[in-house]
Amino acid sequence: MDIERHEYDVVVIGAGGAGLRAAIEARQQGKRTAIVCKSLFGKAHTVMAEGGAAAAMGNVNPSDNWKVHFRDTMRGGKFLNNWRMAELHAQESPDRVWELEAWGALFDRTKDGKISQRNFGGHEYPRLAHVGDRTGLELIRTLQQRVVALQQEDEKLHGDPEAYIKVFAECTITRLLKDDSPGHGPHGAIAGAFGYWRENGRFIRFDAPAVVLATGGIGKSYTVTSNSWEYTGDGHALALLAGASLINMEFIQFHPTGMVWPPSVRGILVTESVRGDGGVLRNSAGERFMFNYIPDVFKDKYATTEEEGDRWYTDQANNRRPPELLPRDEVARAINSEVKAGRGSPQGGVFLDVSTRLPAAEIVKRLPSMHHQFKELADVDITKEPMQVGPTCHYIMGGVEVDPDTQASSVPGLFAAGEVGGGLHGSNRLGGNSLSDLLVFGRRAGLGAASYVDGLSDRPEAAAGDLRAAEAEALAPLDRTGGENPYTVHHELQQSMNSLVGIIRKAEEITEALEVIEKLKHRAANAGSPGTRIYNPGWHLALDLRNMLLVSECVAKAALLREESRGGHTRDDYPGMSSDWRRKLLVCSLDDAGAVEIEEQVQLPLRPDLRDLFDLAELEKYYTEAELAEGGATTVKEA
Amino acid sequence: MGYKAKFRVWRGEAGEGALEDFVVEVNEGEVVLDVIHRLQATQAPDLAVRWNCKAGKCGSCSMEINGKPRLGCMARMSTFTEEETITVTPMRTFPVIKDLVTDVSFNYEKAREIPSFTPPKGVAPGEYRMQQVDVERSQEFRKCIECFMCNNVCHVIRDHEENKQAFAGPRFLMRIAELDMHPYDVEDRQNSAQDEHGLGYCNITKCCTEVCPEHIKITDNALIPMKERVVDRRYDPLVWLGNKIFRRTKEKTPKA
Repeated sequence: MDIERHEYDVVVIGAGGAGLRAAIEARQQGKRTAIVCKSLFGKAHTVMAEGGAAAAMGNVNPSDNWKVHFRDTMRGGKFLNNWRMAELHAQESPDRVWELEAWGALFDRTKDGKISQRNFGGHEYPRLAHVGDRTGLELIRTLQQRVVALQQEDEKLHGDPEAYIKVFAECTITRLLKDDSPGHGPHGAIAGAFGYWRENGRFIRFDAPAVVLATGGIGKSYTVTSNSWEYTGDGHALALLAGASLINMEFIQFHPTGMVWPPSVRGILVTESVRGDGGVLRNSAGERFMFNYIPDVFKDKYATTEEEGDRWYTDQANNRRPPELLPRDEVARAINSEVKAGRGSPQGGVFLDVSTRLPAAEIVKRLPSMHHQFKELADVDITKEPMQVGPTCHYIMGGVEVDPDTQASSVPGLFAAGEVGGGLHGSNRLGGNSLSDLLVFGRRAGLGAASYVDGLSDRPEAAAGDLRAAEAEALAPLDRTGGENPYTVHHELQQSMNSLVGIIRKAEEITEALEVIEKLKHRAANAGSPGTRIYNPGWHLALDLRNMLLVSECVAKAALLREESRGGHTRDDYPGMSSDWRRKLLVCSLDDAGAVEIEEQVQLPLRPDLRDLFDLAELEKYYTEAELAEGGATTVKEA
Repeated sequence: MGYKAKFRVWRGEAGEGALEDFVVEVNEGEVVLDVIHRLQATQAPDLAVRWNCKAGKCGSCSMEINGKPRLGCMARMSTFTEEETITVTPMRTFPVIKDLVTDVSFNYEKAREIPSFTPPKGVAPGEYRMQQVDVERSQEFRKCIECFMCNNVCHVIRDHEENKQAFAGPRFLMRIAELDMHPYDVEDRQNSAQDEHGLGYCNITKCCTEVCPEHIKITDNALIPMKERVVDRRYDPLVWLGNKIFRRTKEKTPKA
């Protein structure tokens, strides 16, 4: 069968917030751009983001500025963050949000007509631009409509709406193509991508010198997850297979509040806005247990009594935040402990109550999707009774190791943005920092890819052998009659990751998970898919298994090595946070035999002017004595 | 609870296919999409269905359940009796690719025919000022998750392929209304709604509103007000005269 072939300057894989923003930028830079996505255009996982986009616009509290946002992000990530990314993110988020408004987005407003901002865990001031609790939908629709606007422009200019930007929907990339000829350096260079159309199973090949990965996360390796079927770690795996490296893979965010009942919706997200807008967590004894879980590093920033916490909603200058608004890792662990101690709710979670905190009409207005979701799926009216919630696998902090300014990976021509990129969030992401991450680094990846293409003297060409291998690999499950059921393999992987490399980890269990993964790799390699090439989900899943197993191996291996607890990585056998480990990143790559290998890498020290944004007393909680000594006595009080 | 349910699912490729019977396990709290997934995992691995979020937020799993357009992820099994045979078929208005998956490209073509948001010149990003009450009208329409069930159920095109060319369908007529009501949009959308996107074909039977999983009042809040604006523009003698005298044609008056 002939392979459909297309030539582009930039191919963006993934059409969520980061992918669309990257593609828009590449096209605005005059590059011929393809957007390739597994689902229909406008359905990517970004639509599920609820709370908002964090940007220090200062619309609600004028004291907010990028420095405060930077500090909050570093604290949330327990100082493991790539500080340059955290700096760029905090500085550029406001412009990225305002730009959306000029493209037609309609955010909720303040009284003086500006974009309204709401409170969220770990953010010192109200900072999240939002539209009720459906901000992700607004963001993706606005970017989708911006792509359409550019296509309309191209139609006027060139007579073809797809002359410069085209969407390849329901198209899955299974391999990146490279040019490994000597002229392209030790890592070779990106030459394109290979994949298949879901609709008819036909193969498609892109010839392009730059590829931007924007494929999101890996949640589908877990049973209880807020993620959709698309989240199979494709970009993480494609990057590894192309020779790039991943960092921070041990850090997975378990969102504290997922639905726990009915079983079929277990894991579906309950937005943090419920707590931002006044909702509280209670155990079976009716106690607001979060007051018992304020860690030392956050002691002076959170209220110690319910009265103070409640006053904070109306008077933030004179009161401290309620501990329900601690960063997500803290809240998730606390809920986990309460349930384990036998103080959980009847359905195995804890109670999240907004019904006694806000008038019914206000709840419906501020949290319309939550109201709808609980009513339709669980027969619970959240204006009258509490929800039952528990932790759910939500987000991976780890991703492709990239240059903070251009999002370029170590493989020339390969870029990554959004959840598939690593570094910004350190060991734990603050709510609201994802949507702004997508916009800031999506744009930067688009710019980075465009300027990389400008600097090339000749276009790399894919090796013919690689293409044939990619074809054979993709066809294999269809040819294997009587092979293993891919759904069964997937199910077993999810069970193992969920129970053995979940929210609380220990060495024996992680080791056991690695053994399971090894066995599943062999079974996945023997997975068979009956049926034709036309829209065959069994075949698609069999191909996705390779990616899920690779990223699971990275997660488990890194989790076993990191002997401390920090952010989205909690070791039962190493419960403390270690300053020595803070300096070290774990870097995953593939060895010649295709197995995951991990190296330690020392973090670059925080730039002095950024370091000066923190009190010495705070840095002492995270830094080694040697690091503190290196920094000298340049301490400045918090602004 | 746990029982065996009788399912009848349309299976086939392109135009060819038939209903196929299945007996499949159902557990407490499940929705139709869960049962379809169980069929995939246990009986029909190549059964094609679209889905993403499984929480009614992405609009991917539109299908017809006992003849009624629904999101598979929001159709709870507890709303059917255990004896009932549940029939699941693809959306009827769009060509079938395979099983429950249809070719919805019609919708993306129509989306591209609607001129994009057009702000007045000279408003820099960050300078937009709008009151909540003024954005709420368009915000209601922006709740749309593009499940395309309104277009699927609309009788103008459901059984009338010949109208597809001239008619944008409720989804995109609502998009025009959304932009027309946007405080900063300056494009004239009222004439084109009627002349180019087929607003006149709509005879407000409200089928679209009834199937909308987001409970958007498409007919009452988008289509009827849009029709009224067109009537005001075209048939109010004073406006007609004003248009003649001042040659007001392309742009509407900026509202902000």
